[in-house]
Amino acid sequence: MTETLKANNPAGTAPGDPRSAGTTMAVEDVTLRYSDANGVLALDDVSLKVARNEFCVIVGPSGCGKSSLLYLAAGLNDATSGSIKVDGREVIEPGPDRGMVFQSYTLFPWLTVRANIEYGPKRKGLPAEQRKQIVDQYLNEVGLAPFADHYPAQLSGGMKQRVAIARALANDPAVLLMDEPFGALDSQTRGTMQKLLLRVWERQQKTVLFVTHDIDEALVLGDRVLVMTARPGKIKAEIKVDIPRPRSMDVILEPDFIALKRRILGLLHDEIDEDH
Amino acid sequence: MAQRRTAWTRLTTPFANIPAGTATTLALAMWILVIGGWAFLSYGRVVPNMFLPTPGTVLETTYRMSLDGSLFYHTLTSAKVVLLGFIVSSLISVPLGLWMGTYRAVQAPLEPLVNFIRYLPVTSFVPLFILWIGIGIEQRIAVIFFGTFFQQLVMISDCARSVSRDLVNASYTLGTKRSEAVWHVIFPAALPAILDTLRVTMGWAWTYLVVAELVAASSGLGYISLKAMRGFQVDVIFMAIAAIGLLGLITDTAFRIIRSRVAPWAA
Repeated sequence: MTETLKANNPAGTAPGDPRSAGTTMAVEDVTLRYSDANGVLALDDVSLKVARNEFCVIVGPSGCGKSSLLYLAAGLNDATSGSIKVDGREVIEPGPDRGMVFQSYTLFPWLTVRANIEYGPKRKGLPAEQRKQIVDQYLNEVGLAPFADHYPAQLSGGMKQRVAIARALANDPAVLLMDEPFGALDSQTRGTMQKLLLRVWERQQKTVLFVTHDIDEALVLGDRVLVMTARPGKIKAEIKVDIPRPRSMDVILEPDFIALKRRILGLLHDEIDEDH
Repeated sequence: MAQRRTAWTRLTTPFANIPAGTATTLALAMWILVIGGWAFLSYGRVVPNMFLPTPGTVLETTYRMSLDGSLFYHTLTSAKVVLLGFIVSSLISVPLGLWMGTYRAVQAPLEPLVNFIRYLPVTSFVPLFILWIGIGIEQRIAVIFFGTFFQQLVMISDCARSVSRDLVNASYTLGTKRSEAVWHVIFPAALPAILDTLRVTMGWAWTYLVVAELVAASSGLGYISLKAMRGFQVDVIFMAIAAIGLLGLITDTAFRIIRSRVAPWAA
């Protein structure tokens, strides 16, 4: 029934639920059990909500199922039970309303930077004039206008991920899913990328669900950090990050930040101790 | 930086680059060695000229058969057989291989069958082809087709299967439909590997030429060398072999050029 509702129709949120007015994404009692021989329980009854234009970060140790959760939200995999709704519509398959930036480089190698960013708008059937305007806007947004006609193979890792972000945003998705997008980059590039993402997000006002294992990254970027535990993946704690914006990279040296970091480290260390 | 490594160290270091000049010199030296060895064995009468012609005789024969146009005629016939067999095979194997590598439902029924056929010697099918198709050019094309198609199918399906899952996933999140993924994502992503596969299998197609012209051909490089064998014209056999090798080299180079034009993004 929910499928019939239009993605960009604000009235598409479930009627009669006052909280859903500001909610872009709602994960409800999602459980994921891998259907292989071991039948590992990857996600155990996970529920969360991401508010409109919120930057929500999930932080957790590797293998805790945080990436699996993102793949479910993208519709790239099916949950064993539970439901995920974006703008009130149940996620049943992948779609352009849920843009995703992957940890691995996923630019189309046969397309130039410009054509990569244009891919989504082209699939949508936007006219050429409008496409060009969108592409130029996002090329400037990520500072890659001079590289518009380069092929991905000619770009550095950081530049590739900048294009991937621009490509996802050019589609104007309801929610941007980011799966450790800076995980493969060196620490200096990662810092630059975080700064760039913050700037873009502050200007574009997008709903973001960002997954990382890096606590600093989670706190620098997020409005809210969800701490996830492993085997089975569960959300252990929710931490509001009340550090004012716009944030600079120096924020990591401030006492508020360090206090929050200590708290998350504590939560994750409990986890590791239980493990061994 | 001072050159601390000696030339010998560089030549004997695994994977180390050697100067372009050295590489060319080594390649030339190899040819000189082979042709020199041939000249020594033939001119020195170590092997009787009845079995091993001199390079001079082969050149003379080549010149003579070029003048009367017969070399061109036979080369053209052979090239036609190989190219037609190869093109027909590629036209079917590329789309089918893509499907096979993309959809398990296509792979499951086809793979066991293809892997069975692909190990059968092509020669064993020649009598069947003659019975079924006759002795025209179609029979020769069928031999080339049979020799390349099943190998191509397996290799191209591997090209498709090795396309990164996340590349396809990313395309879904950008609005690609499941039915579009094969042609919009998997095909272009696999294209450089597919072109490499075609280049390699083109070489195999040439190697089946003599088998194809073994029976019932009346022209072609394989045919003239078989005829030459009966008349002990070893020089003609040598010329035919050299012509096939040269044609192979030309098609190989052509494919390298095509690949760099069609897929300039891939190194």
